[in-house]
Amino acid sequence: MSEPETSQSTALRHAFGNVLSFFILLLIGVLAFSIRLFSVIKYESVIHEFDPYFNYRVTQFLIKNGVYDFWNWFDDRTWYPLGRVIGGTVYPGLTLTAGALWRIFHSLNIPLSVETVCVFTAPIFSAFASWAAYLLTKEVKGTGAGLTAAVLLSMVPSYISRSVAGSYDNEAVAIFALIFTFYLYIKTLNTGSLFYATLNAIAYFYMVCSWGGYTFIINLIPMHVLLCIVTGRYSPRLYIAYAPLVVLGTLLASLVPVVGFNAVMTSEHFASFLVFIIIHVVALVYYIKGILTPQMFKVAVTLVVSVGLIVCCAALAVLIALVASSPTKGWSGRSLSLLDPTYASKYIPIIASVSEHQPPTWPSYFMDINVLAFLVPAGIIACFMPLSDASTFAVLYIVTSVYFSGVMVRLMLVLAPAACIMSGIALSEAFDVFTRSIKFQLLGATQSPQVNKAGDTNSVAKNDVVKTEISEDSLKERPSRKNKKKEKENIEKASSVSRIEKASLVSRIEKRLLVLPLEASVVAILLLVLLGAFYVVHCVWAAAEAYSAPSIVLTTRSNNGLHVFDDFREAYAWLSHNTEVDDKVASWWDYGYQTTAMANRTVIVDNNTWNNTHIATVGTAMSSPEKAAWEIFNSLDVKYVLVVFGGFVGYPSDDINKFLWMVRIGGGVFPHIKEPDYLRDGQYRIDSQATPTMLNSLMYKLSYYRFVETDGRGFDRVRNTEIGKKHFKLTHFEEVFTTHHWMVRLYKLKPPRNRIRGKTKKSKSVSGSIINQLCHAVHVYYCETCSVTLT
Amino acid sequence: MNRVRSDLLLLFVVGFCMFFSHAFSDLVISRLDRRIDLSSQVVRTVVSLKVENNGPDSVSEILLPFPEHVAKDLAFLEAFVSEGKGKTKGSSDSLPIKVVNPEGMPSALSWYSVSLPKELGKGGNLNLEVKAVYSHILRPFPEKITQADIQLVAFQDGAHYLSPYAVKVQSLTVKLPEPKVESYTKLGNTKFSGSEIKYGPYENLPPFSYSPIVVHYVSNKPFAVARNLVREIEISHWGNVQITENYDLVHAGAEIKGEFSRLDYQTRPHVRGASAFRNLLAKLPARAHSIYYRDEIGNISTSNVYSDSAKTLLEIEPRYPMFGGWRTAFTIGYGLPLQDFLFQSEGKRFLNISFGCPMSDVVVENLTVKIVLPEGSNDISVSVPFPVKQSQETKFSHLDMVGRPVTVLEKINAVPEHNQYFQVYYRFSNISLLTEPLMLIFGFFLFFVACVIYTHADLTISKSSASYLAKLQWDEVQSTIQQFQSIMNRSLIVHDKLEASLRDLSRTGDVQTCKAARKAADTLLKELSKEVKPLLSFLQSSSQAAQILPKVEELVTKERELQEKLMLKHSTVVDAYEKKSSGGRDIENRVASVQQKITLLRQEVDDLLEIIDEI
Repeated sequence: MSEPETSQSTALRHAFGNVLSFFILLLIGVLAFSIRLFSVIKYESVIHEFDPYFNYRVTQFLIKNGVYDFWNWFDDRTWYPLGRVIGGTVYPGLTLTAGALWRIFHSLNIPLSVETVCVFTAPIFSAFASWAAYLLTKEVKGTGAGLTAAVLLSMVPSYISRSVAGSYDNEAVAIFALIFTFYLYIKTLNTGSLFYATLNAIAYFYMVCSWGGYTFIINLIPMHVLLCIVTGRYSPRLYIAYAPLVVLGTLLASLVPVVGFNAVMTSEHFASFLVFIIIHVVALVYYIKGILTPQMFKVAVTLVVSVGLIVCCAALAVLIALVASSPTKGWSGRSLSLLDPTYASKYIPIIASVSEHQPPTWPSYFMDINVLAFLVPAGIIACFMPLSDASTFAVLYIVTSVYFSGVMVRLMLVLAPAACIMSGIALSEAFDVFTRSIKFQLLGATQSPQVNKAGDTNSVAKNDVVKTEISEDSLKERPSRKNKKKEKENIEKASSVSRIEKASLVSRIEKRLLVLPLEASVVAILLLVLLGAFYVVHCVWAAAEAYSAPSIVLTTRSNNGLHVFDDFREAYAWLSHNTEVDDKVASWWDYGYQTTAMANRTVIVDNNTWNNTHIATVGTAMSSPEKAAWEIFNSLDVKYVLVVFGGFVGYPSDDINKFLWMVRIGGGVFPHIKEPDYLRDGQYRIDSQATPTMLNSLMYKLSYYRFVETDGRGFDRVRNTEIGKKHFKLTHFEEVFTTHHWMVRLYKLKPPRNRIRGKTKKSKSVSGSIINQLCHAVHVYYCETCSVTLT
Repeated sequence: MNRVRSDLLLLFVVGFCMFFSHAFSDLVISRLDRRIDLSSQVVRTVVSLKVENNGPDSVSEILLPFPEHVAKDLAFLEAFVSEGKGKTKGSSDSLPIKVVNPEGMPSALSWYSVSLPKELGKGGNLNLEVKAVYSHILRPFPEKITQADIQLVAFQDGAHYLSPYAVKVQSLTVKLPEPKVESYTKLGNTKFSGSEIKYGPYENLPPFSYSPIVVHYVSNKPFAVARNLVREIEISHWGNVQITENYDLVHAGAEIKGEFSRLDYQTRPHVRGASAFRNLLAKLPARAHSIYYRDEIGNISTSNVYSDSAKTLLEIEPRYPMFGGWRTAFTIGYGLPLQDFLFQSEGKRFLNISFGCPMSDVVVENLTVKIVLPEGSNDISVSVPFPVKQSQETKFSHLDMVGRPVTVLEKINAVPEHNQYFQVYYRFSNISLLTEPLMLIFGFFLFFVACVIYTHADLTISKSSASYLAKLQWDEVQSTIQQFQSIMNRSLIVHDKLEASLRDLSRTGDVQTCKAARKAADTLLKELSKEVKPLLSFLQSSSQAAQILPKVEELVTKERELQEKLMLKHSTVVDAYEKKSSGGRDIENRVASVQQKITLLRQEVDDLLEIIDEI
């Protein structure tokens, strides 16, 4: 081996390592993108579920009318007759991102449709999220851990569930923004660079634009800062990482219309301001400590602490009084249900009725993060040796996100990146230990025979070869480690260098002690690879089977191939082509977004559940008898009523199964709807044992109208019973359309009858009370109706 | 029956104009057979006439009048000379037809004139066949029906052919879709048999004789009307013709009123839904590929493709059964191999492709055909066998710089008869094909160059700022340390060589080579220590290196110590061999203490190297 060659080859390997990790990252991006395409391949390139349809519609509006019209958009096609201020109530990040992508493509003359851009936004951003995870983990534990974490994140099922192609939802973009914001925070913390601090504030702004989950960031980072201060890790870098974020970030956040003054007014943000004050106090203390002698300092401390305590107590008392005086204690309902998991089911049935706001079950952890659940503890341990600012952050992140995911299934999404980062660290550390011990063992194995077989001629040549190889290996390891630290050290100041140096020395000594037997480490590596393989298999399965169904198209496999249930779109297409543009369609709020987006018809309520009373009105109508329902709907100017009925083909999430929620929500506002009236001995049933209130409710009638004629006895395949009331006629509604599999049924309100003298009195007394209540509920709009009917 | 009254009015008008008809009386139609085909929503009439010239002048054109209410629905008119009789009619090319306005004629009639291939001399005769197709002439009556009703349609025409010439013998046959008729006008000589109604023969009728008939019959044929159809034909010289068709379809028959019950429709589709149509059949050219069928909310899964060597059949089903008055909109698209449709002649390329809608039985109210030629095409001309409105526009598609020329052809009331081939001629050079790939290559090249420049450029704004200088210094320190490390590594390798020489010695007993090796190693090490000196002095002078310097210095001293020990060991062993005393074990004993120190030192050196490395 000639001397100059070694240094050259180190540089070469160095470059080779960079190129290799670049290509690995590229492949990770491709993997993240392509694993999410199962939905397009198995189904079609279409927007999924409910909320994405709204986002899609907003994006269409944005692209058609421009940004300024978007900010000022008052949507009169939902929440009729109230309408909704879309520009001020929507997180615009996703929409603006897709709109920008569309603009870019069109400026390059690539004619992609808005739908295509929307469908593929989520996969693109999940690739970005994987890269962000690489960067974040690299800051915490080095390149190897970074790459592992990126691979894991690129296919973690929890994230796939929200970002398959077509799942055009806020979370798809927000997870990227979340990880990237954390990365920039850690980067600033490690470098102390104001440049990164500014970027961090901008990334935070993007996160605020994208998702309501930004409150997680603005609470987690202060927590970490506080932790650092308490554990004596305060440094100017911490100040630079935090103070600009709070100032700039809050200013930027309040620019987003949906947040606005909430950024300084609600309790979710108070933690950050409190810590902002604390960090300034601490900074001042450190400064004073620097300029005073120790004795003087002690005197000053006692003085300040005694005065400060009094002031603090007073301020705290005022603050608590202020907060306590507001009814929700300044916290929004969704955030409160995070802190007190029982809050929602107690006070807000609308929040509780959404399945993704329920606490998760244990299997859902295994389903969503799979083997990562077992690797996380190992990762946490790895973070403690050695403990740095960055790794404390990682630990804090996983701990808090585990708590939040336990409250709401939906927040599993926040846990997933943390779990991936931890598992990445764990896996990479484990591989590090095992491969190093194998290397050590091999080295030992070759050195010992060397002494014994000193006389043997053959072995020597071989030994030499082995030895050079080993020296090469050890050389190879050096540059990579050097590489990892290099940029960091470039800018860092003396203190940190010596500390890390010390830490690495300690760790190295530990490493030398942690040598496992050869066989054990070989087996362990094999097992780890096997574990990884399980994970990959599970992820691919989850992506292909569990999470790629668009939910507007259902399929079943039968003997003669795939059978497609495309009833929803059939109904929406029928509505959009065969009704008047201004017709109002009433349905339960689940289908509101889809109706406005696909059928382009005005709806009464939709998935943005901002007005409980309005939803309760629809719920009341659905649970009332036909005549009362007709009057409510007529007062809302409704022309068509849409119900989803699964009894014919056995589609379980239909309106009959959601009916109790309609009763509950309706009854919450209009007390004449009582839940017990619909239950027989506490049981919800639709067979002959059902209560008459149930059998006469509009929902029951619209669902089962002429259903008995299909098979002669009216057997409901979802509830697995024969229906209670079989032959009945509709007096105030007429069937105008039913889809091929009966899954969507559309009814039209019959025009009002000519007035017959004798009957007017009776109807007045019944409907008067309902309409009176309606008037109280929705003050302005019904007063005319009210006065007309009651006089 | 308001319409019938208006037709009676028309009769008066026609009767009125009979007084003016003497100018045409030179020609006489000796025999006229008329067949009206009502079996679909499109009414096709075929008139075969035998024209005789009884006048003195030769005649070069024949006039065909149409009542105005019929003329506005006249979608297609064709006339040709038929030679021979019966089924062996070898029809020649269609004759040119133009719109004329003969003087003195009332405006209630539209006139077309057929130019004869050769002038008809005195006493000459000619067999002529005129084919006329009407699109919206059938009226559903009643106009609104329930789901269970059958659809009834009324058709009005004259029992006599409206002609400016005298007709000697004429007859009319009306063919119905089903042998069910609600009512029909009964004149003399009317026969109804099977699904055909026969009027005539009538003899020696004067010009402009008119007697209205109404046929009210059962027709459950689909009344599929496309309000708008936009066909976009995009040519790619990479081998594909992409066709995209946007339909805006309506069932133009009797509108449905009252409930639509899926139950009734599913249990008895042919009774409770007789007037509805379920599917449409599109006949696409052979070798059509990548066929899709969707609407604005996604793919429509109810379609089938059957293909053979002559054609591709695409059977599509709208999302819901189409009842009267219901509308739908969808898009179908497919690709075709370029070589089947693009040809070259006289240095020009031309596209030869069919014009109309590929679906049988669909009437298109507004048909727009857009031919998108590749970017860089010029000298474009279009030849269509019937009159169309033509305009030009530009479309920007994938990576276009100047846009693709688009020829837009518009046609109102297109019927299946319009499904004829038309040609688009243009010039296009093959080099233009390469512009876009080259552009991409160039773009990426520029991108990489930019990356290279960025990584090599120093973008610092202030070259004299403290942090920048510190960074520069630090870079220098690093490179020195790197050099220093490589020197250290080299000297360690020399150490290894020395050890190796000792092993060789124990094996071979060759003292001389071992000594030589030591000498070589000695000189090498000396050289290396010389090399280290300037590096060390640099590090001592540099302020940035302050933290590493102690380590480096320690390393240097340790290395020197190690070197000495090694030399000592080497010399003792060599001495021992020279003296050939007491064998291996003795030597080992003697060296043992030294060896211990060596391993210890070696370990320390390694550690130090690693620490420096990590910095």
